[in-house]
Amino acid sequence: MNAVDFILAGMLAAATPMLLAALGEMVVERSGVLNLGLEGMMALGAALGFITTYTYQSHALGFLAAGLGGAGLSLLFALIVLGFVANQVAAGLAIGILGTGLSALFGKSFESLTISGLPKLALPLLSDLPVVGVLFVQDAVVWLTIALALAIWATMNHSKLGLIIRAVGENPHAARAIGFRVLPIRCAAIGFGGALAGIAGAYASTVYTPLWADGMIAGRGWIALALVVFGTWQTGRVVFGAFLFGALSLGELTTQAAGVNIPSQLLACVPYIVTILMLAVISSNRRRMRLNTIASLGQPFEK
Amino acid sequence: MTALLSLQAVSKRYGAVQANAGIDLVVDPGSIHAILGENGAGKSTLMKLIYGVESPDAGVMLWKGQAVNLNSPAEARALGIGMVFQHFSLFETLSVVQNIALIVPGRKADLARRIRALGDEFGLDVDPEAMVHALSVGERQRVEIIRCLLLNPELLILDEPTSVLPPQSVARLFETLRALQARGMAILFISHKLEEIKELCDTATILRGGQVTGRLDPRAHSAKDLATLMIGRAMPPPLPATVQEVGEVRLELGGLDYVNDDPFGVSLSDISLRVHSGEIVGIAGISGNGQQELAALISGEVVQAGDMIRMMGRSVDAVGVAQRRKMGFAFVPEERLGRGAVPEMSLADNALLTAHGAGLVQRGFIHRTPERAYTAACIARYDVRTPGPEAEAGALSGGNLQKFIMGREMMLDPKLLLVSQPTWGVDIGAATDIRQRLVAMRNAGAAILVISEELEELFQICDRLHVLHKGHLSPSLPTAQTNAEQVGTYMIGAGA
Repeated sequence: MNAVDFILAGMLAAATPMLLAALGEMVVERSGVLNLGLEGMMALGAALGFITTYTYQSHALGFLAAGLGGAGLSLLFALIVLGFVANQVAAGLAIGILGTGLSALFGKSFESLTISGLPKLALPLLSDLPVVGVLFVQDAVVWLTIALALAIWATMNHSKLGLIIRAVGENPHAARAIGFRVLPIRCAAIGFGGALAGIAGAYASTVYTPLWADGMIAGRGWIALALVVFGTWQTGRVVFGAFLFGALSLGELTTQAAGVNIPSQLLACVPYIVTILMLAVISSNRRRMRLNTIASLGQPFEK
Repeated sequence: MTALLSLQAVSKRYGAVQANAGIDLVVDPGSIHAILGENGAGKSTLMKLIYGVESPDAGVMLWKGQAVNLNSPAEARALGIGMVFQHFSLFETLSVVQNIALIVPGRKADLARRIRALGDEFGLDVDPEAMVHALSVGERQRVEIIRCLLLNPELLILDEPTSVLPPQSVARLFETLRALQARGMAILFISHKLEEIKELCDTATILRGGQVTGRLDPRAHSAKDLATLMIGRAMPPPLPATVQEVGEVRLELGGLDYVNDDPFGVSLSDISLRVHSGEIVGIAGISGNGQQELAALISGEVVQAGDMIRMMGRSVDAVGVAQRRKMGFAFVPEERLGRGAVPEMSLADNALLTAHGAGLVQRGFIHRTPERAYTAACIARYDVRTPGPEAEAGALSGGNLQKFIMGREMMLDPKLLLVSQPTWGVDIGAATDIRQRLVAMRNAGAAILVISEELEELFQICDRLHVLHKGHLSPSLPTAQTNAEQVGTYMIGAGA
């Protein structure tokens, strides 16, 4: 398998954990809440997903447990920032650390156990294409994630629900004045984002690399957070960004395999360096940021 | 005839503030009913109760004779109550039709068609596909009104609708409202402008300090009677108009250009004006036409290269706020909390922020005794109602804080003073006081530039006026030789 095939075949799966988490976070931020606990929610989802899948030999149950775990942790976050009107940055960081800690606690006795991944499904016709055909042989979760991205795009841009979420994020006071209940809407968005983060974690621990190890999320939650800004809160751009990072992280492996004499630690840094560069480039376009930024992001709302 | 809406002994309290106390109100079908009162009289609270945004602590609300208990604006809308907010409840990043679709059911294409139809019928034309952030204030108000009308309300509430409009648009709004009245709609018109109420309304309920102080037909009473009911005493006398010789140029803008890279902001082009010692120059215009940008450029918060701004005869384009202040410049910004004062800090510390040059700091350490004395003097001289210099700035009412900030800047005895919206949200007594002090400073030789949305105020105190519209400044108009009509023409960009 040459390097191009390797990257094409793997980039969608490599991108899926980041994409799932970023899609959820995008909805949360669109409603005006900044959830910095993504990494911890993914870690908790990864641990719970692995434990459940291992115990019951069912990926579906694993994803369910991970989604519930992520949602549960995010609702604790919602209680703190919406109910007690606490600072979202501090609360998000604390919840993130809690999630990582819980994942280590629950996963302790499951370290170094293995389970099987999910079978790959090939899209008919497309998978027969030369060169890019390998792109269309993926497991079910990858396909579902892409379908979910489409659904979120349609909801955010073309449905009343999406309008309401955007309105609440832009100006919660005006939204309240015309009769929308800001806190329940934000709470639902946070729960949705938490559930997706949990599922994203479970994908990493039960499908992408089917084993549990402490710290295995390895910064993917933070990349997902950066992807939301990278995509300026637009679904299509977030998806593009996630695939780009999927490809980049595989590029690192291929370069190593090809025997290029660069320290592997440096190569492992590449996706993160690119993240920083892209954020700097995007944020420097003040006009674009201003038009897309969520006006009330991170600001507590009290009626 | 059953009243459309009737309130009986309605009360609402926020913390220590009794916003509404035992309010009775009767609105008949097809009537344009004024709610008249000063800032802080409880008008907005009352409207929020009627529209279901807030719930009353006590009292009864009857809709067509039936007692109702509203828990949300959606319930009010279902009854047939619509409301146009003073600070619009529109979303800038959404289009007109999206904003409307938020509360009006229907398909987008149908809504767009109905928006156009209403526009034709009531003179409310606006492009349904336009993004709200690209609309003028008048257009935004039309969007709000259309959004209400699409729900076929029987009662339309308008909160201070004219405060954001130039005179010509006010006339147009009144035509729209009369056309709606002719269809049998009742209108609650909230205002503190007496002449407008006399012109438009057939009934007025007057509030003061959260209580009803009068119920009358405004057409049958003089503005003076209304004012007395509204502020509890006779209107303060107008300021004496004295003409005086002006001195040297203290501020000169020569062809000032500024390109704003904020898409919601305004760029300025070719702004030229002069302010002399001993005169007050006013900048009229509707907010959002470049006032903030102009103030930031003059104050030095925004610095750009060139030789376009001169103060006391020196080019100051390259120097920042602190140096401009050292040269005798002082500035009262529009936003009191956050820019004019730090809400969490005491008045004394807030005084220190701009008066540190007045002997309050030595070798980098704050001298508490002179700091307190300076602050106490400011509080006493400018009649700031507060427990003392240690009170938190954020705890003061808007009017009191404004008096404090004005006092702090005036006590520096500036050569050049820039004041943005000097009396916004300040009650009439305090506003008159602030205006008199500005005139006194002018008489003592200060150069003063006032940016204000209140035309009446500018006509009272200014020697000359400019009008700012979409980043362009009108020629200088001597106040004695112009009138509201002419200024209004420039305000909508139609001036030649």
